[in-house]
Amino acid sequence: MSITAKNIKKTFGRYTALDGVSLEVPTGKLVALLGPSGSGKTTLLRIIAGLEFADTGSGGIFFDGEDVTQVPAGQRGVGFVFQHYALFRHLTVAENIAFGLKIRRRSERPTKKAIAEKVAELLHLIQLEDLGGRYPVQLSGGQRQRVALARALAIEPKVLLLDEPFGALDAKVRKDLRRWLRRFQDEIGLTTIFVTHDQEEALEIADEVVVMNNARIEQVGAPQEVYDRPTSSFVHRFLGNVNQITLPWGGLIDGSTAHVEDGVAFVRPHDIELVHFSEDRDGEAAVVYDIHAAGPVARVSARREGNNESVEIELPRSQLALLRLVEGDCVLLRARPKHPPVSEYAI
Amino acid sequence: MRPRDGYVFNADTLHAVWLTVLAAAVAVPVNTVFGVAAAWAVAKFEFPGKRLLTSLIELPLSISPIVIGVAYLFVFGMQGLWGEWLMEHGVRLVFSVPAIVIVTTIVTSPLVFREVLPLMQSQGTEEEQAAISLGANGWQTFFRVTLPNLKWALIYGVSLCFARALGEFGSVAVVSGAVRGGTNTMTLQIQLLFDDRVQTGAFAVASILTSLALVTMALKTWVERREAKAFSAAGDGAE
Repeated sequence: MSITAKNIKKTFGRYTALDGVSLEVPTGKLVALLGPSGSGKTTLLRIIAGLEFADTGSGGIFFDGEDVTQVPAGQRGVGFVFQHYALFRHLTVAENIAFGLKIRRRSERPTKKAIAEKVAELLHLIQLEDLGGRYPVQLSGGQRQRVALARALAIEPKVLLLDEPFGALDAKVRKDLRRWLRRFQDEIGLTTIFVTHDQEEALEIADEVVVMNNARIEQVGAPQEVYDRPTSSFVHRFLGNVNQITLPWGGLIDGSTAHVEDGVAFVRPHDIELVHFSEDRDGEAAVVYDIHAAGPVARVSARREGNNESVEIELPRSQLALLRLVEGDCVLLRARPKHPPVSEYAI
Repeated sequence: MRPRDGYVFNADTLHAVWLTVLAAAVAVPVNTVFGVAAAWAVAKFEFPGKRLLTSLIELPLSISPIVIGVAYLFVFGMQGLWGEWLMEHGVRLVFSVPAIVIVTTIVTSPLVFREVLPLMQSQGTEEEQAAISLGANGWQTFFRVTLPNLKWALIYGVSLCFARALGEFGSVAVVSGAVRGGTNTMTLQIQLLFDDRVQTGAFAVASILTSLALVTMALKTWVERREAKAFSAAGDGAE
């Protein structure tokens, strides 16, 4: 089912959480709402779910073109997974999953047998077949998260909404679980929106990333697109590391990857080329003051000769070794061209 | 009191026991429903005057029970605000059994509320929202999610309320009239016996009161143990 939000406004007292936000989520896509805290992403998700309502006089929410703005959460057919899971602590895992089916009116309620089968099927799906009798406190964070997901799926929602689904998990579990979610979404093709403040998460699994800031949407696009071609300085800063280099800068060449706004060039650390200083090459001189070479990528920090501004450069370890760079070396920096085929900088 | 009637099984004492238990039996369920409802409103909703309401509910804890009794007389007594009107309509709300029951209820009214409120506030509303997003209506959310989550605080609040209702003295002393075999609760009976210098009788009634309190405590412990056991058993079964 496709989801459309049209001109959504939401204020809490004097605070504006959403300032006229419009969004289109096509059927079957996995979309990430990405932004810093306070950007309005969770509020937007909750309004789509019907847990919160937009200000009167603002636009509405449409599922497959049908206006659901006034429809309460329970009747929207939405599966919602809460940030802190919100599992019913007095119920077992199996009872948690069955909850949404058990509370239905008699005429719409599946038989006991059908409910038990559904629970077993979902326990299998989340790979917790043996833990149906446990209580939430007896589970790990990752297990609780999966139970929350199974509980939301039990009511066979047409849309799945997840609020910071991996926020409270440790790094390893986080990675496993988000890949699992991606595969799962591929298999069942349920329209899914998840909220995150973790750019890596959004870029890795989403079909489309919606970058939010200050109650507005900054940019919408495929992960590669928003990362490679940010349309605003905010997106540049928020997605990945970026150097903010005050102009004029001798390393800024025509057709480079740098994004220029208000007298500042935004260049990613791996989009800066670094060579030893020599008179006959272009670029701007800088002095290396720190080399950090743990992990596959080496990080070099240099200070611009002109104004002492610090610039970070990332390059492969192998290249660092070839350069024989040491702290105190004078180097030339310049922005990498968009298409970096043959280069005089080739070593 | 004549010694040959026995100190425990005489008509006046038995009536006092009955009256005390009656007052507690009304006060506890009323205050449980009231306490949970009020705590629910305060913990889960935002509305103007919330702080004022909370202080108002907790007021009986901070003023002396005897003052509550006097205030009750001031409103319902013969010379009180509504006393005349009530008399004309044949309702007698002082120096009567209803008076004892009502002041006991007022004095113990904050106890369940106080136990339940902090827990409700700390639990937040996420589980309720989850229930609603799964299609539950208000009643289902309350009875299937909110109430079961309060179990421990509720057990504690109810036993506290019951114990306090049994032992209430000051306010009851003012409004009951202390008619032997009529409007005398156990605590009042103890005082009367003391005034009559029947010390053995006073101790006998005091012992009954203490036993009732001990039974309440034992019952509470038993329920807690049983719940804890059921909980851990479910966990072990899943291993």
